[in-house]
Amino acid sequence: MELVLFYIAATVSVITTTLVISRTNATHALIYLIVSLLSIAVIFFLLGAPFAAALEILIYAGAIMVLFLFVVMMLNLGPAAAGQEARWLSPGTWIGPTILTFILFLEMLYVLTGMPEVTSAIAVPPKAVGEKLFGPYLLAVELSSILLLAALVGAYHFGRRYMRARREDSS
Amino acid sequence: MMTATAIPLEHLLIVASLLFLIGLTGVLIRRNVLFLLMSLEIMLNACGLAFVAAGARWTQADGQIMYMLVLAVAAAEVTIGLGLILQLQRRYRHLDIDAASELSG
Repeated sequence: MELVLFYIAATVSVITTTLVISRTNATHALIYLIVSLLSIAVIFFLLGAPFAAALEILIYAGAIMVLFLFVVMMLNLGPAAAGQEARWLSPGTWIGPTILTFILFLEMLYVLTGMPEVTSAIAVPPKAVGEKLFGPYLLAVELSSILLLAALVGAYHFGRRYMRARREDSS
Repeated sequence: MMTATAIPLEHLLIVASLLFLIGLTGVLIRRNVLFLLMSLEIMLNACGLAFVAAGARWTQADGQIMYMLVLAVAAAEVTIGLGLILQLQRRYRHLDIDAASELSG
């Protein structure tokens, strides 16, 4: 039963991700990306990683995608932008890279088949994750907090210049 | 507590590599910076899936911890990237990545 659920979720995620990179309308692509992230969250649940699944929904599908949507709204892209995307996405431009990455996928498939490993029947509870995260991995947590602080300062820097220019444009 | 099932690790890794390669294709074929950022998110997410799958295989918490670190990197990357997108749109009125070759200072 869980195996069937896994295959359904995997198929949905692959199909929606393919739709994401082939859309011309940015909002449609974002909605498909959210569906793809939700199906990956289902896979995390099936793997016995409920905390990772919750983080996937909260941070990816929630915070990061909402950030994308806000920016799409601020950019105010109209039908003209979608038309330009359609012109950029001519078959001549996408066929070559797609075939090359498909060859890469076939190589991965060749390497990965013949590995009769299965994921274990014991789930990793969130408690074990927390104990390890604030034990041996404490330095990584601190470093990622510094990284997030740097991103915050950078985003403030870019956004402040953007808002100031916008005020000058409107006045 | 939820029990994990015997999902073959190779199938999980195939799904993760397929998602990663779709993201790579997106980076290669799109010219819009917004779609490039989305493709980068897809690739980071596929890496996270591979980490969690490996962590579940060996019943170690390290996989999920690495997934959280990937999540932090993705969040940091997307904030800076979206700030750059806003600057690009303001300066050139379009989101062509080729315009960024003229960025300086």
